[in-house]
Amino acid sequence: MFQYILRRLGLMVLTLFGVSVAIFVLLRIVPGNIADILFDSAGMVDPVEKQQIVKDLGLDLPLVTQYAHWIGGLARGDLGYSYVSEKPVLDEILPRIPITARLAGLALLFAVCAGVPFGVISAVRQNTGLDYLLRLISLAALSMPSFWLGLLVLMAFVNWFGILPIYDKAPPTWGAAILMYGVPAATVGFRSSALIMRLTRSSMLEVLRQDYVRTARSKGLSEPAVTFIHALRNAVLPVITTIGIETAFLFGGLIVTETVFNIPGVARFLVEAIRWRDYPMVQNLVMFIAVIVVLVNLIVDLAYMFVDPRIRLRA
Amino acid sequence: MHASRPWLALVCLLASIATANAQTKGGTLRVTHRDNPPSASILEEATISTDMPFMAVFNNLVVFDPASDLNRLDRVVPELATSWALSDNDRTLTFQLRDGVTWHDGKPFTSADVKCTWDMLTGKVAGKMRKNPRKTWWFNIKDVATDGDNKVVFHLFDPQPSIMAMFAGGFSPVYPCHVPANEMRTHPIGTGPFMFDSFKQNESIRLVRNPHYWKPGLPYLDAIEYTIIANRSTMILAMATGKFDLTFTAELTPELMKGLQEQAPSLQCIMQATNTQGNLLVNRERPPFDNEQIRKAMVLSIDRKAFSDILSRGVYEIGGANMAPPEGFWGWSKAYLETVPGYGADVEKSREEGRRIMKSLGYGPDNLLQLKVTTRNIPDYRDAAVILIDHLKSIYIQGELDPVDTSVWYARLARKDYSVGMNVQGTGIDDPDVQFFENYLCGSERNYTSYCNADLEKKFHEQSQMKDIDIRRKLVWDIDKQLQEDGARPVVYQGKGGTCWWPRVHNIRIARNTIYNHWRFEDVWLDQ
Repeated sequence: MFQYILRRLGLMVLTLFGVSVAIFVLLRIVPGNIADILFDSAGMVDPVEKQQIVKDLGLDLPLVTQYAHWIGGLARGDLGYSYVSEKPVLDEILPRIPITARLAGLALLFAVCAGVPFGVISAVRQNTGLDYLLRLISLAALSMPSFWLGLLVLMAFVNWFGILPIYDKAPPTWGAAILMYGVPAATVGFRSSALIMRLTRSSMLEVLRQDYVRTARSKGLSEPAVTFIHALRNAVLPVITTIGIETAFLFGGLIVTETVFNIPGVARFLVEAIRWRDYPMVQNLVMFIAVIVVLVNLIVDLAYMFVDPRIRLRA
Repeated sequence: MHASRPWLALVCLLASIATANAQTKGGTLRVTHRDNPPSASILEEATISTDMPFMAVFNNLVVFDPASDLNRLDRVVPELATSWALSDNDRTLTFQLRDGVTWHDGKPFTSADVKCTWDMLTGKVAGKMRKNPRKTWWFNIKDVATDGDNKVVFHLFDPQPSIMAMFAGGFSPVYPCHVPANEMRTHPIGTGPFMFDSFKQNESIRLVRNPHYWKPGLPYLDAIEYTIIANRSTMILAMATGKFDLTFTAELTPELMKGLQEQAPSLQCIMQATNTQGNLLVNRERPPFDNEQIRKAMVLSIDRKAFSDILSRGVYEIGGANMAPPEGFWGWSKAYLETVPGYGADVEKSREEGRRIMKSLGYGPDNLLQLKVTTRNIPDYRDAAVILIDHLKSIYIQGELDPVDTSVWYARLARKDYSVGMNVQGTGIDDPDVQFFENYLCGSERNYTSYCNADLEKKFHEQSQMKDIDIRRKLVWDIDKQLQEDGARPVVYQGKGGTCWWPRVHNIRIARNTIYNHWRFEDVWLDQ
């Protein structure tokens, strides 16, 4: 087990190295650089001033040197300065992480709390009216673009309650935070819950037909015990995988939701940084998201072992 | 009856006193902001995204009268300068400066700060600012000298009445000498009614009241908060629900403004000329567009009314380089406009002439001229480019849209890496000196098409020195006509945008002919 974790950690370092090279190279392949973009707001380009900016930002150095500077800094905990805000990258990124973490956490909570039970119900009541209704809702949730759903939710709140649940300043209390993040989280979580619900349903249907479930029933166990203790535990493995993937997505892919609900989170900031070719910001944010994805994958794999003893023994 | 008159007079007097003192202090003005400003340094940017939120941090030497809804040369009033005088055949401009003004960090404001600012702007002191987008504005300043702490003297090469308009514009604040440029980009320090508090990227900008402002009793507000809302639909909903007091300037299209007013009928709104224009760019260095005749035919294909109707339901104005009346002071009259080729009401007649030119060059229905219309990949630019492609079809030109990533747009223009383009650009002030020298002067960085006409350039200088407004305006019209005829950078429409605010906000005075001024907010107050 310990060796397995060590091996995974080693792989994690290799993956992150690959990501760092990929993002560094990709950023420099795309047309336009920060020196050009800084002149965008001036409506012109002065070649002399541009040259000076390139020099000041160290963009005239060889690529290998630039990469070494970045990785060296990263190893020392120095993420450098944003080219745009001219503030330390860490100071810019840190306040945004809790915002995205809260949004992603709440969305995930909503997705799991709604997706898993409804998936189980849908499987247990297969081909009933309730099953059809739940499948219909889940299909609608998967088909709806989140920006459209987000705007609909906003309009509904304005029309029915006369309030607009968007982020305009940091909520002072936990209660206020839940209120502020709750609506966007539910909007994002709606799609994820549909995915989880459908997976749970199909996985449960498969498991419910297994011999050991019939055995459990013939032992005289109650139906909830059969469903939730025996069947769900074995049906939950693909669901855990999906939850892992969704977690990774929620940390970096909430651009639409963050834009519609005006939430100053990581994804919106990353897209803006890419637009500005703010290399230090983009590189470090992508690395941060990569670390989250890799860690979540590790946790998912460890969760498999916890849930399924066969995997634990093999590991 | 007679006995009641003194009482009536007293009541009237008390009511007038109450009205005069009605301004309540305190409160936070909440304003929407359309995007993340590139920096907080007004002198280094040419975008309203920086100008509007940070204008309240600064003062100019002079300003356009905030009480007037039109920014004009004859409506310039003192600010940090208490008075000004011209001497030496109008080649020396002396400003007497206000005494007792301090910067937000407590240091005194002196004539050295003014000299320092214009030495940077004229390029005499290099390397302090990263960018200097309005260097061409100050081409006529020979040098700046101080005379004690409270007097500053600008020596000019030639007389230039319009220089006062440039001093008065929102893009010309006075900067403190002692604060480095990078700090001005991130934490600006000024003498204005509000002090910088915070600028959170992609989130918000907050200014707080300057308790030591040199105008006693002002400002009324405790703070101004700009919230950056990138999504326009969210912004509209937020405004309609009263979450904000004021929209970002000219952020609303005519259609959106109408919709917002239907949702919230008590909102006060104004449609203002933005001093932005849609331009056709033709690279005159690249064949076959080096042929003057082709450029002329392209100009004749444009139906400007169609642009205005499609893009704004007819709200956008039709004009030349200078802003059209009634908002614009220097733009052509309706009668004059009819005399400019391509501007007449009979579009079909112009296009017929265009087709004749193209046929004489060997093009026709069976031999279309193929080209790419390059434009910035954002809706305002793309929409106009698509309409342009449609118009060019009428003179045997087959255009293909070539959307360019917004990040490399100006770099492409600077490299002249395009054949035909569609551009939208703004200028800070409704003034011919600004228009001509910034956009059409040989070698100017914003002269995207590299149009260069030495004879016309002489006329630029000639009009610049004229004192008589009427004679100058006539010459300005003729220059503008020549620019359009030469296809220097044909103007296809002049933009307008809507700004709205709730009645609880008082003393908001929007200028009808600019978006770049009137954002000090020093006498704005809120119902509590």
